Amino acid sequence: MEISTRGLWTLIHGMGFGALYLLACSGAIVELWRHYGPTEGARVTTRNETFLRVYLIAMTLLAWLAVFTGAYVIYPWYRATAPPGTPHLAGYPQALLQSSASTSAWHSIGMEWKEHVAWLAPISITMATAVFVRYGRSIQAQRELRNAVLWFVVVSFLAAGIAGSLGAMIDKNAPVEGGAIIHFVQGGS
Amino acid sequence: MSEPASGPSNGSGSAAVLAAGIGAFFLAVLAIVADKVVPIKRLMVFYKPTGPLSGVTTSAIFIWLVAWAILDARWRGRSVAAARVNTAAFVLLGLSLLLTFPPLADLF
Repeated sequence: MEISTRGLWTLIHGMGFGALYLLACSGAIVELWRHYGPTEGARVTTRNETFLRVYLIAMTLLAWLAVFTGAYVIYPWYRATAPPGTPHLAGYPQALLQSSASTSAWHSIGMEWKEHVAWLAPISITMATAVFVRYGRSIQAQRELRNAVLWFVVVSFLAAGIAGSLGAMIDKNAPVEGGAIIHFVQGGS
Repeated sequence: MSEPASGPSNGSGSAAVLAAGIGAFFLAVLAIVADKVVPIKRLMVFYKPTGPLSGVTTSAIFIWLVAWAILDARWRGRSVAAARVNTAAFVLLGLSLLLTFPPLADLF
């Protein structure tokens, strides 16, 4: 049982940051919808308010970690140029996808969309967090701000979902692999 | 669009909302321009291994934060027409979602 260094980074990016962010997003949407609606004012305690502040800050960190590891750690491996005449393109995922008509759209549509739409997630959640940290439970009295926070979190969820789904499918067709091998468990013969 | 707040001010929050829409929109616009205009594409390579994506995202983040700082400085402590601000921000955010989709971006 082993994994390459690049495979491990892909796992950290996709599962550690991306998937956890998606899970957290669904929780934030439920929390905002249930506890910060116009008729829920009396139910929100200081503890609940503090909890959501910390939760949103953690989500913001996750979102930025996901896009920065994606763009600056994994993407350079994905887009690395294969030397001319390279027969095996396994170490060059973009070239591998573009080498076949049946997979090229995973790059031209999939990766081209993913690499940009993903950034809408941290921008949106940073705004939602900043507004909630600033206003706290008083946001219940600010209908428009409350709506903006909720819908930007929804769009953040959508953007992260698009990026995550495309990333998973791209990695199935052309995995980012290479680097040192990390051995976890030695299998039996 | 703004006046001094008599109740709790929504100015700072609205500044954050509109700035996020502006940042998202510029991200999509810069991505399209960097894809279509070769000199801009070269200009957007801030970090060679990542290519133009590094410049597109860094520039969009810069525009977003500058827009946020300016709007916050103008609207802090004031009440603004938050419904209009939200509409503008949602339109910009929706456009950015659409314009990052390559088949639509390729129409330009």
